[in-house]
Amino acid sequence: MTDQNNQSFLNDFGDNYQYGFSDPDIASFRPQKGLTRSIIQQISAFKEEPQWMLDLRMRAYEHFIKRPNHSWGPDVSGLDLDNIYYYVRPPEIGQKSWDDVPETIKNTFDKLGIPEAEQKFLAGVGAQYDSEMVYHSIQENLEKLGVIFLSIEDGLKQHPELFKEHFGTVVPYRDNKYSALNTAVWSGGSFVYVPKGVKVDLPLQAYFRLNNPNLGQFERTLIIADEGSQVHYVEGCTAPIYSEDSFHSGVIEIVVKKNARVRYSTIQNWSTNVYNLVTQRASVFENGTMEWVDANLGSKVTMKYPSCYLRGEGAHGEMLSVAFAGPGQVQDAGSKMIHFAPNTSSKIISKSISRGNGRSSYRGLVRVVNGVEKVNSSVVCDALLLDPESISDTYPTIDVRSSDVNIGHEASVSRIAEDQLFYLNSRGLSDEEATTMIVSGFIEPLVKELPMEYAVEMNRLIQLQMVGSVG
Amino acid sequence: MTKIEIKDLHVNVGEKEILKGFNLTVNGGEIHALMGPNGTGKSTLAYAIMGHPRYTVLSGDILLNGESIMNMGVDERARRGLFLAFQYPVAIPGVTLANFLRVALNAKAKAINSEDKGISLVNFRRLLRSKMDLLKMDYAFGGRYLNEGFSGGEKKRAEILQMAMLEPQIAILDETDSGLDIDALRIVADGVHALASDKMGVILITHYQRMLDYMKPEFVHIMYGGRIVESGGNDLALKLEAQGYDWIREKYPDTRNNGID
Repeated sequence: MTDQNNQSFLNDFGDNYQYGFSDPDIASFRPQKGLTRSIIQQISAFKEEPQWMLDLRMRAYEHFIKRPNHSWGPDVSGLDLDNIYYYVRPPEIGQKSWDDVPETIKNTFDKLGIPEAEQKFLAGVGAQYDSEMVYHSIQENLEKLGVIFLSIEDGLKQHPELFKEHFGTVVPYRDNKYSALNTAVWSGGSFVYVPKGVKVDLPLQAYFRLNNPNLGQFERTLIIADEGSQVHYVEGCTAPIYSEDSFHSGVIEIVVKKNARVRYSTIQNWSTNVYNLVTQRASVFENGTMEWVDANLGSKVTMKYPSCYLRGEGAHGEMLSVAFAGPGQVQDAGSKMIHFAPNTSSKIISKSISRGNGRSSYRGLVRVVNGVEKVNSSVVCDALLLDPESISDTYPTIDVRSSDVNIGHEASVSRIAEDQLFYLNSRGLSDEEATTMIVSGFIEPLVKELPMEYAVEMNRLIQLQMVGSVG
Repeated sequence: MTKIEIKDLHVNVGEKEILKGFNLTVNGGEIHALMGPNGTGKSTLAYAIMGHPRYTVLSGDILLNGESIMNMGVDERARRGLFLAFQYPVAIPGVTLANFLRVALNAKAKAINSEDKGISLVNFRRLLRSKMDLLKMDYAFGGRYLNEGFSGGEKKRAEILQMAMLEPQIAILDETDSGLDIDALRIVADGVHALASDKMGVILITHYQRMLDYMKPEFVHIMYGGRIVESGGNDLALKLEAQGYDWIREKYPDTRNNGID
C-alpha cells in the first residue's frame, strides 16, 4: 500500500478503508425492508421472548413513529428508514467456539484479528454479525467467579429477573427517537454482570460487523457492575463500503453500583456509508466511577453523547473522546454529565480533528440539579483543523441550579502552525508524516488511556485517516 | 567529501531583500563561526539554507556535495544531511522526544534505502542512550513531549541531541549558546566537536566569544548587511570582543543593515 506508484490511488480516503471487504449474503432470515408491527413480532418470536418484552417493543414502536426527528444537530434526512432491513439473521448464532461459527463469518473475524486478540489479551469476546451475536465466550475462571458475559438474548433467557430489573432503566425508550427505535427492534449486543467485589483485569470486547447493505444494526448492551466490582468493556465496529447507506443505532445501558468502576471504550470505524446514531448512558451510584473512552473515526454521520447520570454521593464520571471527521463525514459527538447527588465530579476531555471538509462538533451538557452541593466539573475541548475547508463547532451547555459548584470550561481551536510543520520537515519528515505526528500528539492524552493494543490500533487508524491528507 | 557551497545568495523576506550576495563554502570537519550585529541576516541565512517557504531565494545557488538543493523541499534537504539547530525550537505537544527521533531516523533511512524497515526499538534505545550519555542528559528526557515546557537550556540541548542522533553532514547552529549556562555550553561544544571530527561541517551563528572559546572554530566570518564582509581566524573574534562592531560600520559605510535578524 505504501508503494510510491500507488500514491494517487491512496489519495482517495475511501480506498484506504481496509475493512471494506464484504462477504456473500448468507442470511438465513431477512424480512422485508421497512418497519412494521409484524416484523417486530417476528423478531420477538425468533428470540422466544417473554410477553413483557414484546409489549415493551410495541410501546417503543408506537413512540418511535410519533416522535419527530431531532430539531438540532446534523442532518439525517438522507437516512431513508423505509429502505432499511431491520433484522437480518445469520445462519448460526450464539456459538461458544470459533469452530462452530460459519466459515464465511469466521473468516471475516479472522481478517479483523479478533480470535487472535482474544487469545492474547482479552478476558472475553462477543462478535455480532448483522443482527445477531454469532459468538460469545468468556474465560472460564471469570465464569467461575460469577461473571456473566452473554449475548443480550441469552442474558434475557438465562437471567430473566436481573435483566428485567435493569433493562430500560438507564435509557428509557422515550429518551429519544432512536432509543425508541432500538427498544422496538433491538437485536444482539451483550449482557454483562460483574458480581460484588470482582475485578475483571483484562478487557471484555464486543465486535460489531455489518455485512449486508441497507441494513440496520440495533444492538443493545446492558452492563451491571455490582458493588465494588471493576470491568473494562471495549467495542469495535467496521462495515463494508456500499454505495447505499447502512444504519447503526445501538443503546448501551450501564449500571455502576456503589464503589464500582466501569470503563467503556469504543473504537468506531464504520465505513463512510453508515449512519451511526447511538445512545450510551451510565447510572453511577455512591462512590462509583464511570469512564467513557470514545473514538469516532468512521461513519458518514455520527451522533453520540455518552453520558453519566451521577446519582450517588461521591460518584465520578469521565469522558475522553476523539473524533476525526474526514471528507464527507460529520462527527457530532460529546457528552452529558448530570449531577443528581452532592460531592459528585465529572470531567470531559474532547479532541476533534477535521480535514477535507469534514465537520466535527463537540456537543455537551453539564447539569447540576436543584440544590445539589459540592460539585466539581471540568470540560476541555480542543479542535484541530487540518485545512481551511474543514469545520469545527462547539456547543457546550452548562446548566447549574446550585450555588456550591466548581465548573471549568476551556475550549480551543487550532490549526497546524507553519512553524511546527517547518520544524518537523527540517528533521526529514514529509508534510504527511509531520501532520500525522502532530495529530497523533494532539490525541495522545486519550490514546495513553487505552490499553497498549488499542493504542497501537488507534495510532494505525489515525495514520490511515491521514494518508493522502496533504495535497 | 562533504561540502556545502553557498554562492551569491540573494534572499527576500516579503518585499525586503535580506541576503545580498552571500558566499561561503564549508567542508566536512570544519567549524565556521558566523558573527555580526543584529539584523544582518544570520538567521535568514539559516532558514534559507533549510528551505523555509517564507524565505524567497531571488538568485544564487546552494550546492551540497556538488548538487544544487534549490529545488528540494525542506524534508528532502534534511534527509540529504542538512541540519538546523533552531534558535527557538517549536513545541510539538503529545509527541515524545524519543518517538519523534525514531520517526525522523526512519524517514532518513528510508530515503537512503526505500526497503529499509526502520531501526528496531532495542537498537534505537541503545543509540539514544549513547547520545544522551555524550550530552550528559537524563534518559527520562526522551519521554518528555518535544520542547513542551522545556527550559531554554533544555531546548538547546534537545536540539543538539537531535543533531547527534541524525548525524548530519552539515549543521547550522543558530545561537545555540543563548540560554545555556557554562557547564551546558561545554557539554554542547564537546558534542559538536565529536561530530565535527567525524567529518560534519558546522556553521555556528553566535554573538558571543564565550561560545567560540569552547568551539574553537578555525574560521570566523563577520556578516554585515546581508553578506560576509570580513573573514579570518579567532583573532577576528577577539577583535570583535574588544572593539564591537563600530569599526565594521566605519569600514563599510555604504552597506546598510536590514534591521531584521
